[in-house]
Amino acid sequence: MRSPSEPGTRRKAPLSARARAERRLGWALCAPAVVVILAVTGYPVGYAVYLSLHRYDLRFPADSEFVGLTNYATVLTSPLWWQALAVTVIIAVISVAIQFVLGLTLALAMHRALIGRGLIRTVILIPYGIVTVVAAFGWRYAWTPDTGYLSGLFGDAAPLTSQVHGIAVIVLAEVWKTTPFMALLLLAGLALVPEDLLRAAKVDGATAWQRLTRVILPLMKPAILVALLFRVLDAFRIFDSIYVLTAGAYDTRSVSILGYDNLFTALNLGVGSSLSVLIFLVVALVAFVFVKGFGVAAPGGEGHR
Amino acid sequence: MTTVTSAPAAGPAAARARRPSRDRTALLGWSAANLVIVGMSLVPLLWLVSLSFKTPASITDGSFIPQEWTFENYREIFGESLFTRALLNSLGIALISTALAVVLGSMAAYAIARLEFPGKRLLVGLALLIAMFPQISLVSPLFNLWRQIGIFDTWLGLIIPYLTFSLPLAIYTLSAFFREIPWDLEKAAQVDGATPRQAFLRVIAPLAAPGMVTTAILVFIFCWNDFLFAISLTSTEQSRTVPAAIAFFTGASQFAQPIGSIAAAAVVITIPIIVFVLLFQRRIVAGLTSGAVKG
Repeated sequence: MRSPSEPGTRRKAPLSARARAERRLGWALCAPAVVVILAVTGYPVGYAVYLSLHRYDLRFPADSEFVGLTNYATVLTSPLWWQALAVTVIIAVISVAIQFVLGLTLALAMHRALIGRGLIRTVILIPYGIVTVVAAFGWRYAWTPDTGYLSGLFGDAAPLTSQVHGIAVIVLAEVWKTTPFMALLLLAGLALVPEDLLRAAKVDGATAWQRLTRVILPLMKPAILVALLFRVLDAFRIFDSIYVLTAGAYDTRSVSILGYDNLFTALNLGVGSSLSVLIFLVVALVAFVFVKGFGVAAPGGEGHR
Repeated sequence: MTTVTSAPAAGPAAARARRPSRDRTALLGWSAANLVIVGMSLVPLLWLVSLSFKTPASITDGSFIPQEWTFENYREIFGESLFTRALLNSLGIALISTALAVVLGSMAAYAIARLEFPGKRLLVGLALLIAMFPQISLVSPLFNLWRQIGIFDTWLGLIIPYLTFSLPLAIYTLSAFFREIPWDLEKAAQVDGATPRQAFLRVIAPLAAPGMVTTAILVFIFCWNDFLFAISLTSTEQSRTVPAAIAFFTGASQFAQPIGSIAAAAVVITIPIIVFVLLFQRRIVAGLTSGAVKG
């Protein structure tokens, strides 16, 4: 699109020379970025696949050998993996659902508010920008008995020492941190909804709820799907806040925490790598479902704008 | 702090002011909701600030506002190399990664926004794929690889993965900005005899500066925030960044949680974020939403 078509100038050979020069320049400019990206993802992913097919315990490095799919069998038959996967899915689904509802409310509020719009936009960027670990420590101390201002909310129980409450706090931390991002994406989508259309719907007697579900949401669908895709995939790799809040204790491990534990606590690179590969496959599957199933257009692509 | 209140959205707000007055109640309602949002956003941060000023004796009193104020926690962390060295590492690693990501990202984004060449779509797809890549999947191979080639626990060992994960973000944001640049100027430069290279360096680069600043902020925030790579690919003070170092803080005794120190360190590394947000609020929002909704 909008390629610089050279008008006027001599027609035959020079044009193709220029096209070739343009092509060369394009490749040259992209090459460094592509090399870095591929060197640090492509090669290690291949290496992870290789490691995952071997017995490789860091305590006995000499003892490593090719074991085929044994590591995968170990992982897939382990209740720990399925539990971590379930916990991750639960955290991702619940937190993204809450983020979507709150984010939409927030976006509508920011869209409609006359006063303090700039103030809110500034303030909600703080949860987005704050270091996840820092926010997680804030929440941890808030819920720790004796220390925290929130710990008394549910009687004497320490919320971070049970699975359900632990997950609830993790979801809360996640929602607090990323709802603003969701809201900003949705707000930008909201700006694309023509005011005239809403006014027309109002004149025709549509209630506020009908205007939301029949006019605003359908028009925002592309923005919503992109936001949801990004958030689900991001929530799926949750690590930092769980590490700080519960360290994966009380069955609150996510798949990323499980992978980390296998690498750095159990020092088992073989099993750890097969976990890495499985997590990658699950993420790829989720992305595939979003793109094919819901028709999320890859933003930034060719047909874009 | 004065910049906070002085940014009302002029255009649409002015249009809305002409509305009939029965909408005023709804408007007040939305504004009240917004006040709640402001509170919700700030409370967890204020809580950390409060903890960081509490004395060791009062730190477990659970009250939101310190009963006795002290700077002791800050004095303590700045007196320890564990923290000061980590702060230096964090700053150095994040700044270098950001600079590299913006330079390499700008080159690629220019090509994507501007030039026709085979493989462009593939590149955009690749960037999106990497942006959503689960970091844990890279940790195990990189951990082993970095030890073998000797960059485990070095700045370089962190800069490389940060660069990889921030490049897609940089390319994506920058190419959205680059599409908005008035390209006729470039054509004019080329008609005047400038090569594509000169047109890029002399004409487009200065125009692209705002987008590059925005991208730099987003990338810096990303690198500043990282925890997983920081705890996995470092082992000593030599390259451990602050988020990782905080997790290794120890209290006065084995059983005492160093809450005050952690809170103080947390507040210190939040300061750059607050500064960015206050100074570049509009840019950050523009950068975050660029391209995402123009489908």
